[in-house]
Amino acid sequence: MAEMTRRTALRTLGAAGAACAALAPGEAEARVARQPDPEDHGLLVDVVRCIGCRACVTRCKEANGKPPDVRTVAGAAYDAPVDLNATTLTVIKRWAGEREAGFVKAQCMHCVHPACASVCMMKALHKGEHGIVEYDVSKCVGCRYCQIACPFNVPKFEWASVAPRIVKCELCRHRAKDGKGPACAEVCPRDAVTAGKRGALLAEARRRIAERPRAYEREVYGETDGGGTNVLYLAPVDFAVLGLPELGRDPAPALSEVIQGGIYQGFAAPLVLLGALSIVTWKNARAARKEEER
Amino acid sequence: MSAPARPVEGRFFTPAIQIMLALWGLGTVAGLYRFTHGLGAATSMNDGYPWGLWIAFDVVVGTGLASGGYAMALLVYVFNKGRYHPLVRPALVTSLLGYSVAGVAVAFDLGRFWNMWRIPVSVWDWNGTSVLLEVALCMMAYTAVLFLEVSPALLERWAASGREDRAALARAWLPRVERALPFVVAVGLVLPTMHQSSLGSLLLVAGTKLHGLWHTGLLPLLFLLTAVAMGYAVIYFESIFSSVAFRRPLETRLLGRLGVFIAGVIAAFVVVRFAGLFLSGRIGLTVSSGVHSFFFWAETLLFLGAAWLFMQQGVRAHAPGQLQAALLALFAGAMYRIDAFLTGFNPGQNWVYFPSLPELFVTLGLVATETMAYVFLVRKFPILAGVTAPASRTVPAAAARQGVVS
Ligand code: SF4
Ligand code: SF4
Ligand code: SF4
Repeated sequence: MAEMTRRTALRTLGAAGAACAALAPGEAEARVARQPDPEDHGLLVDVVRCIGCRACVTRCKEANGKPPDVRTVAGAAYDAPVDLNATTLTVIKRWAGEREAGFVKAQCMHCVHPACASVCMMKALHKGEHGIVEYDVSKCVGCRYCQIACPFNVPKFEWASVAPRIVKCELCRHRAKDGKGPACAEVCPRDAVTAGKRGALLAEARRRIAERPRAYEREVYGETDGGGTNVLYLAPVDFAVLGLPELGRDPAPALSEVIQGGIYQGFAAPLVLLGALSIVTWKNARAARKEEER
Repeated sequence: MSAPARPVEGRFFTPAIQIMLALWGLGTVAGLYRFTHGLGAATSMNDGYPWGLWIAFDVVVGTGLASGGYAMALLVYVFNKGRYHPLVRPALVTSLLGYSVAGVAVAFDLGRFWNMWRIPVSVWDWNGTSVLLEVALCMMAYTAVLFLEVSPALLERWAASGREDRAALARAWLPRVERALPFVVAVGLVLPTMHQSSLGSLLLVAGTKLHGLWHTGLLPLLFLLTAVAMGYAVIYFESIFSSVAFRRPLETRLLGRLGVFIAGVIAAFVVVRFAGLFLSGRIGLTVSSGVHSFFFWAETLLFLGAAWLFMQQGVRAHAPGQLQAALLALFAGAMYRIDAFLTGFNPGQNWVYFPSLPELFVTLGLVATETMAYVFLVRKFPILAGVTAPASRTVPAAAARQGVVS
C-alpha cells in the first residue's frame, strides 16, 4: 500500500513540476522593463562644469527642511556631510582620475524602473507623477529592503529616530505647488545642474558633447544604464571613476522580477502544487485510516 | 501504530532553565533599549548594512532551522513513510516556535513596526514585485498553519483534562481538525516551499552588492535545498537532544534510514551550486576571492562532511555520528545563509557591520525563550513519543490519558 501511494505521490508531483515549468517563463521578460519617457522630469548633472562649491547641498537642505550635518574638526564646527545620510539628500564628492580630478553630485537617480519601488512591500516608494520616485511614509514599515536594493545606495534611514523614515531626494516635488522646481538646479552658479524634462535634458547633453567633444565622454550616463534614469550625467572621464556603478542596460530589479514573476505568474504554480499535494496527502490519510481499521 | 505521544512532565525550573531565564532578561532589557532609543543606538546596522543579525540569523537562519516540520511533513504525508510518524509532532512544535520567534525578531527589526498590521490587511497596496511581501505573507500564513497542525496536541490534553467544558470543546474539535488535516498539511507544504526559496530570491535584486560566489539566479533553489537539509538535520538534533534531556529511548535506527536521503539533498545542493558557478563562468572566484573563497570552501566542506556522515548512518546507525552529522549540516546551512546575507554582501564604500551587544542579547534572549517554550510544551502536552510515565503519577490519571490519546 505504502509503495503504491509513494509512486502516486511521485507521479503527481512530477506532473505538477512539468506544469510549473510550462507556465513559468515566457513573456515575463517583455513584461518587466518600463520604458523611458521623454516627458518625465529629471536633472542633468554636468561634472565638467561643477566646481564643488556645494551651494546645491546647502540649498537642498534649506528647501527640504533638513538640519545641517555638523562635524567638529579641530574645535571648529562644519556642515560637512561626507555622504548622503538622514539629513542630506544631495552631496558633493571629490573624484580623481589619472590626470584630472573634480567634483560629482549625488542624489536619487529617479530610475525609469526603480529597484527601490520594485521591492517595497506596500508601495511606500513608488513611481509617481512625472516619473518622480516618491516616498509615502504612511505605507512604510521601515524594513530597509529599499536600501538593500538600490544600486546607487540612495535611500537613507533615520537610524537615530524611534519613528524612523526613509529619506531621499524626491526632486523637490513639494515645491511644485509654488511653481518651483529642484532647488539644487536653481542655485547652481555654473549651471552644472539643470532641471527639465528627460527628452530635453538628453538633447541638451548631446548638444554639449557635440560642441566640445574633447571635454566630454561620448556617453550620457543614465540614458540606458540600469534601464535608464531620469537624472543624467555628463563627465570628462569614465563614469566608473566618478563612482557610478556599471549596470548594463537591464534595470537592476529585472533579474529578480523575471525569476519571481516566472515562478509566480498568475499564482498558477503554487496552486497546481497545492492541488497535487492535497490529492497525495488526502489519499495517504485515507490509506492510513483503512489500514488502522483493518 | 507506534507508542502514542505523551507529556514528559517533571520539574520545569531546572538549572538550565534558570540560565535561560537570565538570558531572557538580558534580551528583554536590550529590546526595551531598542524601542526607547531607536535602532541606531541599539544596533550596529547602518545605511550600508541595513540588515544585520536579526534578519540574517533570527529570520533567515532561524526559519531554516525551523524547517523540521516542513521536512517531516514531506516525508510522512507525501512519501507516506508512516514509521517516521513519532518524529512529526516534535518537529512541528519546533517549527511553530521558530517561526514565532522570527516574527518577534521582525517586530524588533522593523523601523516602523506599528505599520506591520498593514502588510496582511492593505491588500490594495500590495506590490506584486516585492519578494519581501511574499515572504512576509507566506510566513504569517505558515505560522497559522503550524498552529493548526500542532493544535491536536493541545486538544488532546484538554480532552484528557478534568475540566468538563474544555474536554467537551476538545472532543468536538479534534475530529474536525483531523479531517481537515490532509489539506492543512498540503498548505503547510506549499507555503515553506514558497518562502524558503524566496528568502534566497530576496537577494536577487542586490546584484551589484552580493559577491559572485553567492549571487546567482539559482538562489531560490539553493535556499530551498538548504531548508530541506537543515529541516532534516534539526530533526536528528532534536530527537537526540530530547532523548538525553528527557531520558527517553533514542530513535537511532529510525533516523539512520533517513540519512541517505539527507545526504542526497545536500549533494544536490553542492552540485547545483558548482554547476551554477561553472555555467556562469565564475568558477575561478572559488580561488581568487580571498576571504570570500575561504568562506565558500568552509561552507562546501561542512556540507560535504555532513553528507558523508549522513551517508554512513544508512550503513551503520549510531547516535554520536548522527549528532555530528546533524551539527555539521546545521552549521553549513547557517553559514551559507549568513554568508549570503552578510559576509558576501558588500555595499561598497567603507561600510562595515558587526553585531552590537544589544543585538546579540536580543538574539540570545529569543533563542532562550524558544528553548524554554519547547521544554515547557513537551512537559505539559503530548508531543514526544516513547516517554515513560513518571512513577509519581497516579495510575488512573495516566490510564485515562492514554485512553483518549490512542
Ligand atoms: S536611485 Fe535608488 S532610490 Fe533613486 S529611484 Fe533609483 S533605485 Fe530608487
Ligand atoms: S523601508 Fe519603507 S520605503 Fe523602504 S522598502 Fe521598506 S517599506 Fe518600502
Ligand atoms: S532635486 Fe531637490 S531634493 Fe533633490 S537634490 Fe535637488 S534640491 Fe535636493
